[in-house]
Amino acid sequence: MADTSSTSGGLTLPQQRQRAAFWFLAPMLFALFCVAAWPLGRTIWFSLTDTTLSNLYGGKFIGFDNYLSMRTLSSGKVIWRGTLVDPAWWNAVWNTVRFSVVSVTLETLLGLIVALVLNAEFKGRGLVRAAILIPWAIPTIVSAKMWSWMLNDQYGIINDMLLRLGVIDQKIAWTANVDTAMAAVLLVDVWKTTPFMALLILAGLQMVPRDIYEAARIDGVHPVRVFFKVTLPLIRPALMVAVIFRMLDALRIFDLVYVLTPNSAATKTMSVIARENLIDFDKFAYGSAQSTLLFAILSVFVALYIWLGKVDLAGDGGK
Amino acid sequence: MAKIELKDVRKAYGAVEVIKGIDLDIRKGEFMVFVGPSGCGKSTLLRLISGLEEITTGDLMFDGERVNNLVPSKRGIAMVFQSYALYPHMKVYDNMAFGMQLAKSSPEEIKARVMAAAKLLQIDHLLDRLPKQLSGGQRQRVAIGRAIVRDPRVFLFDEPLSNLDAALRVQTRLEIAKLHHTMDQVTMIYVTHDQVEAMTLADRIAVLRDGRLEQVGTPSELYERPNSIFVAGFIGSPKMNFLTGRFAAAHGCQTLGIRSEHIDVVADGPWQGAIVHAEDLGSDNYLFVEVGSDEPLIVRRPGKLTARVGDRLALAPMDGQLHRFDAAGAPIR
Amino acid sequence: MNVQAVAGRIAFYALVAVIVVFSIFPFYYAIVTSFATGTGLFEVNYWPRQFNLANYETVLSGRTFPRNIFNSIFIATMTVVFALFLAVTASYALARVRFRGRGLLLMTILAVSMFPQIAVLAGLFELIRFLGLFNTPWALILSYTIFTLPFTVWVLTTFMRDLPVEIEEAAIVDGATPWVIITRVFLPLLWPALVTTGLLAFIGAWNEFLFALTFTSSETTRTTPVAIAMLSGASQQEIPWGPIMAASVIVTVPLVILVLIFQRKIVAGLTAGGVKG
Repeated sequence: MADTSSTSGGLTLPQQRQRAAFWFLAPMLFALFCVAAWPLGRTIWFSLTDTTLSNLYGGKFIGFDNYLSMRTLSSGKVIWRGTLVDPAWWNAVWNTVRFSVVSVTLETLLGLIVALVLNAEFKGRGLVRAAILIPWAIPTIVSAKMWSWMLNDQYGIINDMLLRLGVIDQKIAWTANVDTAMAAVLLVDVWKTTPFMALLILAGLQMVPRDIYEAARIDGVHPVRVFFKVTLPLIRPALMVAVIFRMLDALRIFDLVYVLTPNSAATKTMSVIARENLIDFDKFAYGSAQSTLLFAILSVFVALYIWLGKVDLAGDGGK
Repeated sequence: MAKIELKDVRKAYGAVEVIKGIDLDIRKGEFMVFVGPSGCGKSTLLRLISGLEEITTGDLMFDGERVNNLVPSKRGIAMVFQSYALYPHMKVYDNMAFGMQLAKSSPEEIKARVMAAAKLLQIDHLLDRLPKQLSGGQRQRVAIGRAIVRDPRVFLFDEPLSNLDAALRVQTRLEIAKLHHTMDQVTMIYVTHDQVEAMTLADRIAVLRDGRLEQVGTPSELYERPNSIFVAGFIGSPKMNFLTGRFAAAHGCQTLGIRSEHIDVVADGPWQGAIVHAEDLGSDNYLFVEVGSDEPLIVRRPGKLTARVGDRLALAPMDGQLHRFDAAGAPIR
Repeated sequence: MNVQAVAGRIAFYALVAVIVVFSIFPFYYAIVTSFATGTGLFEVNYWPRQFNLANYETVLSGRTFPRNIFNSIFIATMTVVFALFLAVTASYALARVRFRGRGLLLMTILAVSMFPQIAVLAGLFELIRFLGLFNTPWALILSYTIFTLPFTVWVLTTFMRDLPVEIEEAAIVDGATPWVIITRVFLPLLWPALVTTGLLAFIGAWNEFLFALTFTSSETTRTTPVAIAMLSGASQQEIPWGPIMAASVIVTVPLVILVLIFQRKIVAGLTAGGVKG
């Protein structure tokens, strides 16, 4: 490439292509810088200041006080303040983690079942696949509204069904009740996202060669055993990727909770509480600190997952 | 139209060298075939000449001009790919005209050149079709037509026949040979792993092995005077017989080579054994005779098959047709 | 057939039925409700009893909802156009050109697509205020780039990678520059992929809520998800379920139709963005 004895002044093919690649990538990278890197940096900066919504440029640097600060009163009593000792924040963290783990687990298991059903040959398979795409296509807000109508305490069809079936003996305010609000959120999320999971798993299943099953059947292996010994290991990579995508989605959940169970401490997630502080409560800097923490938690999670994934890959390669 | 010189051309991907220093002159108007087993670097060498891959070190000269750093379109080459590589969304006419359109030639000139090439290849009735409406053979003609329209100094073929079925392959091979006669000023370089294609098409053949040139010469030179065991074994069908041990020692060499048509059936000869298998090809027949060497000797006999499996034969090499090789695989002459 | 096989068959179809009913029922019930008015709204009906378009009239003759629909269409369309425009060239570079740091760049783009939106909310808020875009459609078009662009780049890169190398090489020999290769050779081959990616990005933008809620402040600049979330009656106790369901059906039916038409392509796009990641 560094050959200057060339008789022509033009660029070599790789040079020409790399230069073009640079100009092709530059606009996209600039756009991503503007909407991702720069705002993220500013959010982190705001979290270290006392900026308010009404005075975005008047903030002063206050170090980590939004996260944790210690003040000793004249009486000698020590007061800790900041997000890290805020019970509301830890409640939100707990809610988010609980929601994510339970919803992703349920969606993976149900998604696996649906995918196995769709992977079988039967009449009307196309229709079933179309049917399960419907929840996925419905906007989250709309599904939240539909379900909050169905879960309505007075006129909701769910209460009606359960009463008729004798499962419950009085109407339940599913979304308002502290004990059931999380279950309601989980129900709607599972309804809406299981199809996505099922389709990803189905794609993995369809990559498993058919003759493996036939060989197993000829050998007389029980179908359940085939599933655990053959199918599951083969679709594991697809499953791992699907799970992490869903997990990241679940950890940042906002809209469903915000609309289905507004202002319920039982379901408030990290994103909800951060936005509340940022915009509604005029604690802009405090909300920024919580946003930053959410970002940090997600980053650690991703790093851990990739790291553990690698360990696993090495284990597989050694077999 | 171009004389091509390669001077110590090398290609490395990172630390792995795949072309390990090639010196080669290709004459103006010559039909040169690169042949060798898969992975020998023949396709890479073609791509270095085309400019699709960058030469790591060494010089590539077209008519005395160093073209290492020229982009493919400035080298005056045209290339026919194994998969035809036609633009699927363009009609045949546009496929052939695309290069000239990009070069901003006048519409009249483009039309004249495309029509001329289409006539030459008898595809002028297909110009309005899309590639997917053509048969494999027709697609390959369009790919060749597209190359002709570029009016190249050098024509490059990258295994152009390997996607065609056997019958079509022979027919298209003939057409490429005819094309070479019509365009006798254009240098052609042709890559194949099929030594029959190489023998039938080439003015000269370059045999590659493991990134190095094994031998360059006319088909008959390679056939009659192979420079190594490798070339001797690679060129010719059926494969040359190789004898080792006491068979070779009798002639003062490590390995003794003899082509199947150079073995006579005699009343009493140095090699004796039973026929273990016989193949009748109609015009001639192959006898596989177990004489006690590593593999049965293949003997090619003209006419109909008369011998039977189990018959014992005595064999002798024809005069002057033995190839003797030393321990390193080099010929002893 | 023995009894066990028949029982298995019945169980299988029962499972299929459960899946289908569970998937479709909420949407079905929303439609049923949207046609009910007055007291009909407050009786639980499993089957449609009324066919009354009053709720639709209420929503569509309202001052703002048609405007909200227009906003959503405009914003989602512009978002898709920008994302595809930037992504096509970028994905060519990522899929087809060898350069140092390519793998790292792809990982970065994937990482951005996983960004929690709340983490950039404060910074974006400031940027949008600074640019004077607050409470305009452009605020949303700009901010939606954060999730549509990485996604389109990623999916188009996987599609672009699958195009045959020899076609590109033939174009190079023909003298095509990278720009010509993209516009005259690859784009015509990529139409199906563009439709899929565009559609998925459109759905993403159409459904977005957090940014739309935060970066708009007046009823006329809202998008439909925010408008539906904010639909309220005269008092807190009196939620207008009929109109809400009508509005929900209005914004969902086009999506459902699109999704059903492009079913196969969407599945391909989702898996290209997911599994191969």
